[in-house]
Amino acid sequence: MIALDAVKVAAIVFFASIAQVSIFSSVIVLGGTPDLLLVTLVCVALLRGSIYGATAGFAAGLVVDIATLETLGVTSLLLTLAGYWIGRYGETTGRDRAHAPFLSIAVVTVLFAAGALGLDFLLGESAPARRVLLETLFQGIGLNLIVTVPVYTLCRWALGSEPGRADHPREVRLLG
Amino acid sequence: MLSLLLLTVYFRESPGGGLHGFQSAGATVLRPFEVAAERVARPFRDAVGWAGEVLDAKSENEKLRRELDAWRQRAIEGQFAQEDLDQLRRLLGYRSGARFPTDYRAVAAAVIARAPSQYEQQVVVAAGSSDGIRQHAPVVTPDGLVGRVTKVARNAAQVTLLTDESSFVAALDLQTRADGLVRHGQGTSSLKLDRVSKEQVVEPGNAIVTAGWKSDRFSSIYPRGIPIGVVTHVNQLDTDLYKQVQIEPFVDFGSLDSVIVLVSKKPEPVIP
Repeated sequence: MIALDAVKVAAIVFFASIAQVSIFSSVIVLGGTPDLLLVTLVCVALLRGSIYGATAGFAAGLVVDIATLETLGVTSLLLTLAGYWIGRYGETTGRDRAHAPFLSIAVVTVLFAAGALGLDFLLGESAPARRVLLETLFQGIGLNLIVTVPVYTLCRWALGSEPGRADHPREVRLLG
Repeated sequence: MLSLLLLTVYFRESPGGGLHGFQSAGATVLRPFEVAAERVARPFRDAVGWAGEVLDAKSENEKLRRELDAWRQRAIEGQFAQEDLDQLRRLLGYRSGARFPTDYRAVAAAVIARAPSQYEQQVVVAAGSSDGIRQHAPVVTPDGLVGRVTKVARNAAQVTLLTDESSFVAALDLQTRADGLVRHGQGTSSLKLDRVSKEQVVEPGNAIVTAGWKSDRFSSIYPRGIPIGVVTHVNQLDTDLYKQVQIEPFVDFGSLDSVIVLVSKKPEPVIP
């Protein structure tokens, strides 16, 4: 069951990575670009938790870095952190909250852009903060939020509920 | 930790190192998937492009007819000038550097991937060192200059576009010979001609082409005469050292499907 789950996650993330670098990166709407891969990763992490999130983030980042001939490890590092962090949020505070995917996407889009800028700056590559933070970020957040609805629905349909999740308590209760 | 390790080793190793080899092999493996995804998306992209073009077709048609008349006259003048130039070159025994397009072999390649973030203006093309492509090779389309090759794998190459923050091209105004540096402008697909001194003349409507400079030991990686764009706006402030020249590029960087990589037929100059 867990193996099948892992295969499904791997297939979804691989498809999203290829679609991002081949199709979605060239889609420019009102100056922004939707990040299908980031949205998919957040949805997977919310549905499956931090371990799946971190592992899927690392693998997806590796595929992107290989496909675009970028510095190996940059996208992996950012997506691993994003996947783990959102996974932890999904396992704790964000569990079963309807707003969790949207809140996660908005926050992660900002942090991912800032992280990518910081890493590029450290590596001595071009890091145009003005272009990223003022000219494209808000459009990117909006587009990612729009993409979230179908992607989250598809991911939930493909992955189903987490194995054993039905037994989890639905809210935290104080003992004693 | 693994990501940090990858990043550190990749950054420190030479282009022929193990991780670069792994990346090159990986890019070859991923290529069929990227080509397939690009082919699936192409009809939709074409449909969107077609719808946009139909809306602008009438005004575009009138504008192009006016331009055609002007260019037809210039072509005739240019043909006479070229004949005179060839004759004078033969008489003087003039030797020039690599010239575009006669001294270059064109390698046509499809665009198979783009950098995931919009501020990294880079694309990956489906041709690499096995096709003779080398680092710093100029990349064009029939419309004009696109950029240069910045990384080469066996079957793929990364092209940094002219609109990237790191791209600078020595260029000149074809009509007035005013020279400067073309670099990215405001937005993701605009350019500007920088470092144009106030004494030089640049007017809206003038064409900007690569300058293709050459000194004793070095030369520009871009050959002379590749079209870049047309001047749309010129501004000059008393407090600025240089003119502010906005350029509308001939190439539509947002919808690049295929490009031509120029591989020089002449041997690469060896820096002593």
